[in-house]
Amino acid sequence: MADQETLKTVRELEKYKYGFETHVETEKAPKGLNEDIIRFISEKKGEPEWMLEWRLNAYRLWLTMEEPRWAKVHYPPIDFQAIHYYAAPKRKKGPKSLDEVDPEILKTYEKLGIPLKEQEILAGVEGAPKVAVDAVFDSVSVATTFREELEKAGVIFCPISEAIQKHPDLVRKYLGSVVPPGDNFYAALNSAVFTDGSFVYVPKGVRCPMELSTYFRINERNTGQFERTLIICDEGAYVSYLEGCTAPARSEHQLHAAVVELIALDDAEIKYSTVQNWYPGDAEGRGGVYNFVTKRADCRGRNSKVSWTQVETGSAITWKYPSCILKGDNSVGEFYSIAISNGRQQVDSGTKMVHLGKNTKSRIISKGISAGRSQNTYRGLVSIARKAHGARNFTQCDSLLIGDKCGAHTVPYIQAKTPHAKVEHEATTSKIAEDQLFYCRARGIPEEEAVALIVNGFVREVIQKLPMEFMAETQKLIGISLEGSVG
Amino acid sequence: MLLEVKDLRAVVRPEDENEEDAGVREILKGLSLSIASGEVHAIMGPNGSGKSTFSHVLAGKPGYEVTDGTVQFKGEDLLALEPEERAARGLFLAFQYPVEIPGVPYMQFLKVALNAQRKLRGEEELSTPDFMRLIREKTQQLGIPMDMLRRAVNVGFSGGEKKRMEVLQMAVLQPSLCILDEIDSGLDIDALKIVADGVNALRSEDRGFLLITHYQRLLDYIEPDHVHVMVRGRIVRSGGRELALELEREGYAAYQEAAA
Ligand SMILES: Nc1ncnc2c1ncn2[C@@H]1O[C@H](COP(=O)(O)OP(=O)(O)OP(=O)(O)O)[C@@H](O)[C@H]1O
Ligand SMILES: [Mg+2]
Repeated sequence: MADQETLKTVRELEKYKYGFETHVETEKAPKGLNEDIIRFISEKKGEPEWMLEWRLNAYRLWLTMEEPRWAKVHYPPIDFQAIHYYAAPKRKKGPKSLDEVDPEILKTYEKLGIPLKEQEILAGVEGAPKVAVDAVFDSVSVATTFREELEKAGVIFCPISEAIQKHPDLVRKYLGSVVPPGDNFYAALNSAVFTDGSFVYVPKGVRCPMELSTYFRINERNTGQFERTLIICDEGAYVSYLEGCTAPARSEHQLHAAVVELIALDDAEIKYSTVQNWYPGDAEGRGGVYNFVTKRADCRGRNSKVSWTQVETGSAITWKYPSCILKGDNSVGEFYSIAISNGRQQVDSGTKMVHLGKNTKSRIISKGISAGRSQNTYRGLVSIARKAHGARNFTQCDSLLIGDKCGAHTVPYIQAKTPHAKVEHEATTSKIAEDQLFYCRARGIPEEEAVALIVNGFVREVIQKLPMEFMAETQKLIGISLEGSVG
Repeated sequence: MLLEVKDLRAVVRPEDENEEDAGVREILKGLSLSIASGEVHAIMGPNGSGKSTFSHVLAGKPGYEVTDGTVQFKGEDLLALEPEERAARGLFLAFQYPVEIPGVPYMQFLKVALNAQRKLRGEEELSTPDFMRLIREKTQQLGIPMDMLRRAVNVGFSGGEKKRMEVLQMAVLQPSLCILDEIDSGLDIDALKIVADGVNALRSEDRGFLLITHYQRLLDYIEPDHVHVMVRGRIVRSGGRELALELEREGYAAYQEAAA
């Protein structure tokens, strides 16, 4: 149905082939999606022919696909022809100073303990980085130092569009090799129109000299609507990467459909952490971000290891299943997740662990916290192929309910095609006990702080998997996202 | 006066508020008690007489409703305050059954509690080094290994360990009124001595104590100035140290009959 309409619009637009080119000056493509828009995007990015073909192929697949409806989330139909798929990458005019920034956002920065200089950068204050240069400990020069350090180690870390230009062999070899363009509706859409994202290549035997999170911490990225991230860890290499930010992220886009692909070759290890704090919408659920992400890791090599750690507190709707394909023998996949929903938020998240190689191991620790009128679903698949002898999985899903108007759901799927495997699943659902709250309050801890303390205890196992510099901030973030959940 | 309770009546509300009023039970039936700074009071009484309920009502536990009477704490209307405000003003309750909080290290719990109280009082937060110094001193006094503070609050602690940790919290928070609900139950002989020493170390002119106990043995270690007998939600008799010995010998039978 939706596809029919799309086709119709596409045909109509074709009548005006390149009709929008006069608008190139404004750096904005008209609303809607068709092959010309994709050609326009590709041209704007100065992409080689193969990349354009790749996008067009993805677009044609997308036209044949249906929006997935199996997740336990509800939202009005999205009009894919009402979206601008290309807008000038130039920064919009930002506020002149922090005085012009929404006081609510500033309050949150303060609670998170983010230094003033970083607040300016995060809030997109005009000229903020320049201001920072004058500071003694400015983030820009620190960032430069980091970049030099990375180059010395041979680590490639750049925007994906730059990688397409400068490292086409690597990109051609790996892009879409984990999440093929036709994988799912949103992945296909992303493949056709992505414009932002990161590329990381860590060469053989190199341990990335710093956590890439450190880099982001001071170098906030202007995240795009259709981000594409590709990380390759060559044999024996290691990298830790953090995406996102604890500070509340405003987005101009309601729909976010990112694709992240990780590739770990023999003996390589990738740690990928996410802190997602997009705008969740108002108390009635109006206006929040729809976060429909495809994240997948390919443990291609023997003894390779990938750990996903995620803290999901934002977005109106989250649809996200970071997965691991455990292809290499002895490879290890881990998924550590904290998903908090409050207000009218809807979260449907989990993981897929696909055991293909021998003695592959996976570990899933999911902590869901639901408050307000939110709905929080863990959806996970553990699949063990016939030849995956000695495969092992351990899954633990704990749900915590705050109040009685929210919901927590656990939907684990287990498919084991060999008897020579061990799969363990544990699940608990609990409420914050009145006794615990009173005990804290009797010691002088106000109710909201007590809830945050108890919830932080509940998720401790996962918090400890985050990069050091984010642990304390994330603990505070958990408190902030649960504000107003009691009383 | 540190604490002044007059004709206190309190009922328990059933969990489900929509339930019939038939579920409401009066537990405290006109209780009066005054504690001055520097004094140690002991309450003894049969099981179910309302001792813990009294301590809960003083600490502000939800689920109870005061239907009559007044409670003044340092001249302020205690019943108008939230539990955390009561704590910040110096009221401390050592729980008969300390609560477990999985995943929250004891050390963090203590620091959050101490600083939350200071904040409510408008004081500066204690710095980490100062806090650590305080903790080291107090754990040593009470013979508590620092390792225990790295574990989650009360999770997997033995009954006696939990009680000892309650006293540690009290020593760290330095309250002005300490209510100890059966701090002696579950303690071995040595632990009882240590806990009592800990309590005695806190005795001072500007601090009062309310001990709830079944055993006069505790009162050998912590000598009370006043002993009260509580039966069916009321103080039915008050006396000195010797009253505890008398109760130990004769039990509550005479009071039960009189109250019935
Ligand atoms: N939340 C509640 N719901 C129902 N009944 C309650 C509640 N709290 C207390 N009670 C009842 O009130 C009475 C007094 O209980 P309380 O715990 O205060 O006794 P106690 O004197 O401390 O006894 P013990 O010596 O056994 O500790 C008991 O009958 C108890 O069952
Ligand atoms: Mg009791």
